Amino acid sequence: MKEQLEKIRQLAEKELAECGAADALENLRVKYLGKKGELTAILKQMGGLSAEERPVIGQLANEVRKSIEDKLAARTAALKSELAAKKLKEETIDVTLPGKVQSVGKLHPLTVTLNEVKEVFLGMGFEVVEGPEVETDHYCFEALNMPKHHPARDTQDTFYISENVLLRTQTSSVQIRTMENKKPPIRIISPGRVYRSDAVDATHSPLFHQIEGLVIDKGITFADLCGTLELLMQRLYGEDCKIRLRPHHFPYTEPSAEVDIMCFNCHGEGCPMCKNEGYIELLGAGMVHPKVLEGCGIDPEVYSGFAFGIGLERITMGRYEINDMRLLYENDMRFLGQF
Amino acid sequence: MRWLSDYIDVSDLSIKEFCSGLTISGSKVERWETEGEEISKVVVGKLLSVVPHENSDHLVVCQVDVGHAGNGEPIQIVTGASNVKAGDIVPVAMDGSTLPGGVKIKKGKLRGVESNGMLCSLGELGLTTHDFPYAIADGIFIMQEEEGCVPFELGMDIREAIGLNDTSVEFEITSNRPDCLSVIGLARETHATFDRPYTVKAPEYKGVEGDINSMLKVEIHNKELCPRYIAGVVKNVKIGPSPRWMRERLRASGVRPINNFVDITNYVMLEYGHPMHAFDIRYIKGNEINIRNAKQGETITTLDGVERTLTEKMLVIADAEKPVAVAGVMGGEYSGIMDDTVDVVFEAACFDGASVRTTAKALGMRTDASARFEKGIDAQNAYPALMRAFELVEMLGCGEVVNTIIDADYTDKTPKGVEFNPTWINNFLGTDISEDVMRSCLEKLDFKIENGMAYAPSVRIDIECKADVAEEVARIYGYNNIPKTIIRGVAAAELTEKQKFERRIMNAMTALGAYEITTYSFISPKYFDKIRLPEDSKLRNTVVITNPLGEDTSVMRTTLLPSMCEVLARNYNNRNASACLFEIGSEYLPCGKELPEEPVRLSVGMYGGNRDFYDIKGIVDAMLKNVGVEDFEYTACTDTAVFAEASSFHPGRCAVITKDGKAIGIVGELHPEVLENYGIGVKAYAAKLNVTELLDMATAVKTYKPLPKFPATTRDLAIVCDESLPVAELEKAIKKAVGNILETVTLFDVYQGKQIAAGKKSVAYAISMRSHEGTLTDEQADAAVKRVLKELAALGAELRA
Repeated sequence: MKEQLEKIRQLAEKELAECGAADALENLRVKYLGKKGELTAILKQMGGLSAEERPVIGQLANEVRKSIEDKLAARTAALKSELAAKKLKEETIDVTLPGKVQSVGKLHPLTVTLNEVKEVFLGMGFEVVEGPEVETDHYCFEALNMPKHHPARDTQDTFYISENVLLRTQTSSVQIRTMENKKPPIRIISPGRVYRSDAVDATHSPLFHQIEGLVIDKGITFADLCGTLELLMQRLYGEDCKIRLRPHHFPYTEPSAEVDIMCFNCHGEGCPMCKNEGYIELLGAGMVHPKVLEGCGIDPEVYSGFAFGIGLERITMGRYEINDMRLLYENDMRFLGQF
Repeated sequence: MRWLSDYIDVSDLSIKEFCSGLTISGSKVERWETEGEEISKVVVGKLLSVVPHENSDHLVVCQVDVGHAGNGEPIQIVTGASNVKAGDIVPVAMDGSTLPGGVKIKKGKLRGVESNGMLCSLGELGLTTHDFPYAIADGIFIMQEEEGCVPFELGMDIREAIGLNDTSVEFEITSNRPDCLSVIGLARETHATFDRPYTVKAPEYKGVEGDINSMLKVEIHNKELCPRYIAGVVKNVKIGPSPRWMRERLRASGVRPINNFVDITNYVMLEYGHPMHAFDIRYIKGNEINIRNAKQGETITTLDGVERTLTEKMLVIADAEKPVAVAGVMGGEYSGIMDDTVDVVFEAACFDGASVRTTAKALGMRTDASARFEKGIDAQNAYPALMRAFELVEMLGCGEVVNTIIDADYTDKTPKGVEFNPTWINNFLGTDISEDVMRSCLEKLDFKIENGMAYAPSVRIDIECKADVAEEVARIYGYNNIPKTIIRGVAAAELTEKQKFERRIMNAMTALGAYEITTYSFISPKYFDKIRLPEDSKLRNTVVITNPLGEDTSVMRTTLLPSMCEVLARNYNNRNASACLFEIGSEYLPCGKELPEEPVRLSVGMYGGNRDFYDIKGIVDAMLKNVGVEDFEYTACTDTAVFAEASSFHPGRCAVITKDGKAIGIVGELHPEVLENYGIGVKAYAAKLNVTELLDMATAVKTYKPLPKFPATTRDLAIVCDESLPVAELEKAIKKAVGNILETVTLFDVYQGKQIAAGKKSVAYAISMRSHEGTLTDEQADAAVKRVLKELAALGAELRA
């Protein structure tokens, strides 16, 4: 009987080791451990054993049962993980195949740049103000110290709707509208479309965008203007960008300045990109002319302020190294997709 | 630069230092160039012999002595020119030389005879006969020694020999600084910038005795438009070319030399900044000069040979009978200087800028002189300018200057002072500049400081107020030496509701896969035809530009649609397989007031990528919900009453979006004719939404609703109805019938075909119901379904069998 049990153990172990499927494993469990199983059959014969033999065989039988049960459990677990591994292996895919296209659109590069400029100024407490594009001569010129026949009007070739109505040539018109309606302190930027009668080429467009800035308060200085512009340029172009101010003339500011940024390409050495100047002209600025303040009912003896006008196209083209302004208005998907 | 060096020595500065210094102090240098830069290895040579070419009857063979350039040996050159003979001094382009325009000269053989270079004409050196009046245009430049010039040496660089080596600098002078449109003005700026002496000597002349009043009478009839008029006379003039130094300077300044008298007026204008004019006294009828307004319809033939009709608003210089010049703009042809002129009147006058500007514009001739008068002229500068002209006449020995002049002067000569307050200037600039430094900045610009006042030199017509003085201090002190400070005080700012709303729309549109575009606000009126707008559409009433660049950009758009179509077409033509685009922009709608309304609109456009109407509708839908617009409806669009653009869409595939009875947008498939007009070969879809109006309808505030506690009950219904019945009707009926327990109603299938009668369609809905009081019973749900079926029956719809 002892031999029988050992034989069962050996056979069971062998069969378990060879078993490769879950249902076969179950059959083996029934075959050996089930009610009608071989082990049970042996145990049924226990009655015919001597009292000395019975506990010895009983113990052995239990050992064999335990051993088969353990082997069965181990085999079941191993088989399960084998199957799982097999399944995972079968499920392997080529992860280098392209992802499914999820279409997210993009903002126009001019908007991207404008949003950044807005963020910088909102952080400094500047409100964003808008104004009409079809504007009166008064707001676009007269109130900005450019009466009719002023030679500076020549530098802004104007589209006219009627004698007194025109397409604004600068967002400075919004300065006047703001100062007429709001008492200082004033801190605004005014982005928008402006129009000049320039034929289309790589650097000109009859329509472009300006961002006007205006600050009016007691004790506003030219140094504040320099500091504000430097801060803006560092935010837009990085901390180590260098600006340079040059005296210039605008009828509505005094002193007036043009602001250049050091050429990104040659760092001031002079190269074709900056026409050998080492600097690229970026914007115009200055202290608001006392006549302009007076005209808006603000006492220039009490208040002072500065204003600046930035060409959005110019800074956008500079940032992205876009060499032809026309691309901005052609709106080719292959272009729009790059920003 | 040679001219400038008459007044100030800058020889120790490199041209780059000079240019960047002046740029930084406010006289921006546009470019600078050295004349003759493109010329190399061209030397002075002397023809030793000229003999006919043995194999040609139009070529000659020359032996040329080029001095040290030929190592003492003459060189042989073959030329086709016929104006050369032995003994002539000529420019010789040696082997390996370069000429203007990138021309390279190499030795070679001409019909078998060796030629070691080329003899040059004026043209080949980039010159004209205006520069060398004694030479001919089509032939070799036979050089002549001229008085006061370096004598020729054989082998000498041609540029040095003929003075073609000056450096010219081009400045961008702003309109407030006409004083810098002159050599002396720039010398003053150079002086202030580089802090070195400059000298302007008062011009001197000897003159001959004579009483000008016996020769000429001057009367100003309009003292407002002409506050000063000075006339001087030069007798017995000898008209001829000016000397080379003068021609060189004019040429370097971009002015063509004509003859000595014309050149003198131009020279003085460039040097002193004051335009001058010269008349032939023979043609001044009655020997009187009247500065008066023209008579309506009076005519004058100007120097350019064009007859001009004048108006009463224009100021003219007239003799006893007729105009002889348009004041400050251009002289008359008739009274101009001719070769046989004997006595000349010089005019140095001051005319009103605005008047000159209007006249010049009206006549369509902006001249050098008019450009200067427009910006304003210092009347006090007229006298030294005339004196300089006299000095030059005597220097050139081309006439006798009468030593009396007529000076009709009605100008106010009291010096204009502006408050000089160093404390104010420092407070204004945000600087800490000492009074001494400020004084020195101003004095370098020839300002005088007296009793707390700053007096600018009279040429500085731009100095009017304290801020102007502050600018002068700042720019000479150096803009870049001014500290950079941050504005004091705190301010808070945020975007307006409108700006936030537009930003939300942009964010929603990009999240939905659309790309933003930027298009021109002006369009062609023809575009209205392209989008099939009805003839009588109100959108054809536009804001019209009176001076457009072209028809394509001549009216302000009243609809964004054509701009969108244009961009769709461009992308299609550029072979982009698909596009999904949007633009937020203004429309410009005349409204009877002075300025039009400028409402903001959103346009959406797409083609390709297997998209159909429901794609664009889905995007519009999702965008509206995302920005807080709820409970809007779509109805099939059948007319152009609300949106004139309806005619741009497929009549069966277009919907108007309404909310609370107000139309807020239109969406649809573009009409096949519109697609054809734009050359778009696939179906395309577009939408337009009224952003300005939507802002008031959107709810920006969101309130949390508790998550449901009880389960929902769902019923699926398949309904059969007429195929022409819009499903929106079914949905409305379901909503009404189910009532407040309705959670969602979702269409999940539309079917036509087998098992469905012709003319009918099957529409399947999933209706989800939920109560907040408790779990709905089957009875409650079934009752709701019954109500639905009853409601649908009224629409002729029934449960699918």
